[in-house]
Amino acid sequence: MEKHTYDPHDMSSEDLLTTRLDNLVSFFRKNSVNWARKHSLWPLPFATACCGIELMATASSRYDLARFGAEVMRFSPRQSDLLICAGRVAIKMMPVLQRIYKQITEPKWVISMGACASTGGVFDTYAVVQGVDQFLPVDVYVPGCPPRPETLIEGVMAIQRQVDRDGLKTSQERGKGLGIVAEPTYQVNVEAVADRETE
Amino acid sequence: MATPDEMVAVLKAKFSSISFDPKPLLMRGEEAGDQIYIRVEPENLVEVMHFLRDDPGTRFEQLIDVTCVDYLNFPEAEDRYGVVYSLLSITHNHRIWVKCFVNDPSPKLPSVIGVWKGADWMEREVFDMFGVVFEGHPDLRRILTWDGFEAHPLRKDYPLRGKGERENYEVVTRDSA
Repeated sequence: MEKHTYDPHDMSSEDLLTTRLDNLVSFFRKNSVNWARKHSLWPLPFATACCGIELMATASSRYDLARFGAEVMRFSPRQSDLLICAGRVAIKMMPVLQRIYKQITEPKWVISMGACASTGGVFDTYAVVQGVDQFLPVDVYVPGCPPRPETLIEGVMAIQRQVDRDGLKTSQERGKGLGIVAEPTYQVNVEAVADRETE
Repeated sequence: MATPDEMVAVLKAKFSSISFDPKPLLMRGEEAGDQIYIRVEPENLVEVMHFLRDDPGTRFEQLIDVTCVDYLNFPEAEDRYGVVYSLLSITHNHRIWVKCFVNDPSPKLPSVIGVWKGADWMEREVFDMFGVVFEGHPDLRRILTWDGFEAHPLRKDYPLRGKGERENYEVVTRDSA
């Protein structure tokens, strides 16, 4: 059978009958796994200063970060995938932050929240890190001193856009499989997929 | 209950080397109220502190704070570092400030940890920030800055932005983590 590539969005019912299983898997991986993942970010609040107060306000009922699926604050890096670095970081604290970052399992993202975490802010002294991005990879910078909850929500939504774009790499890109085995145990009665809104 | 004047009289009788006139460095105005400031030579420090804690007329049971002043830019100052001990007597509801002056190149003081256990972290902080060495301290490590930091940042000749200490740290990248 000739190997061919096509856009799954253009599938007709005839095409779907001849779809190879791995194409179907990558279709769901791209369109459902990333979609699910971006709406279930589990943040790790690394709140060292007043930005942490705004972070709490963002998570509480008035601004309600739960609307974006990111309300499950986890204080263990093993359980989270979004590090929100809120507040100034002293140099003595930097190894702790780096270790926490290393302990977060892939895939992971980092928000540098506020002026201090992004640039050091007004604390240009010998003991304060002038921007955590000097020592950590940062995905999204949230401006403000401290940022309003709406700004932080915009930062989380920027992370969501990144997750949607390139959040979960395919197994080909990662070099090894994801370990997902999909074998039909029954005869699938395939019906045509209705017109799907293309992005 | 001893009044401040009685306390000063007791100290004057007991220790001849104590100075009760620590101006101009210790007070802003002329009047110090009933607050007592005394200046002690470093070699007498532990002896005076033991007396202040144990004598029934003074009874300073509690060491409130140990801190330090750098008099580098004071033209009238004779000595560089003034280590200040704040004491509180719960029995008499009195306070006293004991000051010891030390100088470069190796500022040294005897530790008062044998008098008050609470001097442990306070002396470590003064050592960390000013580099005053407390002899007899069992564990004189840095307490605020990190291991490997060389300088003593609250000295007045230390620049605010440091001397490049914060540039030499490990960088975690997406590949290395």
